[in-house]
Amino acid sequence: MDCMVTGGNVKVLAKAIHSLSRIGEELYLEPQEDGLALRTVNSSRSAYACFLFAPLFFQKYASGRNPTFRCKMAVKCVQAVFRSLSSLEKTVERCHIELNVEKSRLTFTLHCKHGLLKTHNLSFQDSESLQAVFDKDSCPNILQAQPRLLVDTVLHFPPSLEEVSVSVSGERVWFRNHVEEEAERSRAMLTELCISAEEFEQFAVSAPTRITFCLKEMRGLLMFAESSGLPVSLYFDEPGRPVVLSLTDSVLEVNFVLATLSEESHPQNHDNTNTDRRAQPPPPPDDFMNDDMDFLIAMETTELAAGGSGCSPPQAQDAGMSQLRTRAASEGEEEEEDGEEEAEDTGRPPNKKFRSLFFGSVLPTSSQATNQTLRSQDVLASDSEDEDPESS
Amino acid sequence: MKFRAKLVDVGCLNHFTRVVNTISKLTKTCTLRLTTDNLFFMLSDKVANGGVSMWCELSQANFFDEFQLEGVSAEANEIYLEFQPENLSRALRTAQNAKSLKIKLTKKHCPCLTLAAELPSLSSVSRVVTHDIPVDVIPRRLWQDLKEPSVPEFDVSHRVQLCRLITEAEVSIYLPPLKTMKNVVDRMKNLSHHLVVEANLSGEMNLKIETDLVSVSTHFKDLGNPSWGDDSSQGPSQDRAAEVMACARVDIKKLQQFLASQQVNPSKAMC
Repeated sequence: MDCMVTGGNVKVLAKAIHSLSRIGEELYLEPQEDGLALRTVNSSRSAYACFLFAPLFFQKYASGRNPTFRCKMAVKCVQAVFRSLSSLEKTVERCHIELNVEKSRLTFTLHCKHGLLKTHNLSFQDSESLQAVFDKDSCPNILQAQPRLLVDTVLHFPPSLEEVSVSVSGERVWFRNHVEEEAERSRAMLTELCISAEEFEQFAVSAPTRITFCLKEMRGLLMFAESSGLPVSLYFDEPGRPVVLSLTDSVLEVNFVLATLSEESHPQNHDNTNTDRRAQPPPPPDDFMNDDMDFLIAMETTELAAGGSGCSPPQAQDAGMSQLRTRAASEGEEEEEDGEEEAEDTGRPPNKKFRSLFFGSVLPTSSQATNQTLRSQDVLASDSEDEDPESS
Repeated sequence: MKFRAKLVDVGCLNHFTRVVNTISKLTKTCTLRLTTDNLFFMLSDKVANGGVSMWCELSQANFFDEFQLEGVSAEANEIYLEFQPENLSRALRTAQNAKSLKIKLTKKHCPCLTLAAELPSLSSVSRVVTHDIPVDVIPRRLWQDLKEPSVPEFDVSHRVQLCRLITEAEVSIYLPPLKTMKNVVDRMKNLSHHLVVEANLSGEMNLKIETDLVSVSTHFKDLGNPSWGDDSSQGPSQDRAAEVMACARVDIKKLQQFLASQQVNPSKAMC
């Protein structure tokens, strides 16, 4: 493999790597015929990111004599090559990436101003291809907006917020912070941002839906999107099925696939009203704008002589905000699996409610991966032998 | 019990935000008292341990275009709420360019102060951001614990009085620019745990620290002394010779915290 990135594209490559580092710890690099793919996945397998750079992105691109070369390396090592973005922009003229077969190293050479050459020889591990299975085109809901809109939206939420809920109706979208624990719910501040469909470049909603996913991972994408200026598309279906955040231009395709919380199945509720209630996000009082709604506080805390300050029934709790679980409703084309055990191993409690995404090939290194493969309902890719994780 | 207010002026919103930011830096929990004419932010504990007690009064007409209040009862037409100013600060932070801001007392999963800001958008329909801040309604029987401290009316143009160190008011003096004071106290903080504040009726003030190794003092002159409107409180100080210093020893960290929290630029600050 041998490729050369020049000019402004060096910064784009660098930003991509920084963006990937927000998701996972290992960077999977695969030179393909259609371009160089950089991918990563988080430890609980609930978030996957892929940057595909077409051959035209490079001044020179050769995927190499060995068509099945694939490797992974610690993302921090690669990040170190592209450490300071601002100085990168000013000093680096070209970046040369080359596979050194004899020494089993991937060499990154930065050609800087004044004839300065910075060479990084990174070791790697052979690995299988990392490919999440997802299909954007089958998603009934598509939103597309300029990155600025989404960046402005997430500004309203604190950096510590783990999960965000996105609800759509025919004309509006609501972003809300998601509060999981019952105990927190009573004391947590709830923030909701409502945006009209008119602000989106594309707004296709098949049915009112609400999905909840990890905001931190979306921020990783928005970081890249903002600097690229490319519109961001969100493809999603019902809760439980992953949401795909995507950016494309002629030389680059970026996809972030994030798991969403699934709704608890309610075996008793088969009638239409309940289904509707669950699927439909509670419409916010439209007339808040016109100031017609008025809420009276229940007077539990004060006992007054008058006692006449009337109590009105508390505002009905959001009917749609049902408790979310990871029960896997097994269907023929189930794409997700229960990630609960895995998450406990990795010690990331917030993600244990997210189902992990299904991956088409075996990832050899951890026993968790083996468990995952065994439990899969469908084999969407043929089994491959475990590669020897040790590089020579 | 009902409360509803609307604010449309950007300058007012900005000023209100800065007041709330100041308070959120001083304390984690705070009491908000709403009357038909005013808002009061109060903190009234920890005084015995040399902590910060705070009382802040805002005239609602200076900030809000609409303000409706129905208190707990007809004769007690007020509402007392306990809340975390950090939440309010956070809610206001992203609404700085709002076309309008509405605040309401609501009941969601618990009593809440709901802020709704209408933000500019790319389309004809504004974006609306809503924040529900959980609050506790303070029952009437506890209101007397939260009475305002007995200090005379100050003749100031801004009716925002942000902090009082509780001492006996033998001397009162206008403070030097708070930024200057903050710089001085920041440097002294590393040397000592306590600081002595001295002031006299000739408009002189000293900030002093003293340790085994070093003593440092900073002197301010020509600060001016406010005249108290109420004669009765001037009793002790009338007998006082102008140069005699009254002094108080305070925890330097608390003083520094107070000075660091100031986000509003007051026209006058008094000690």
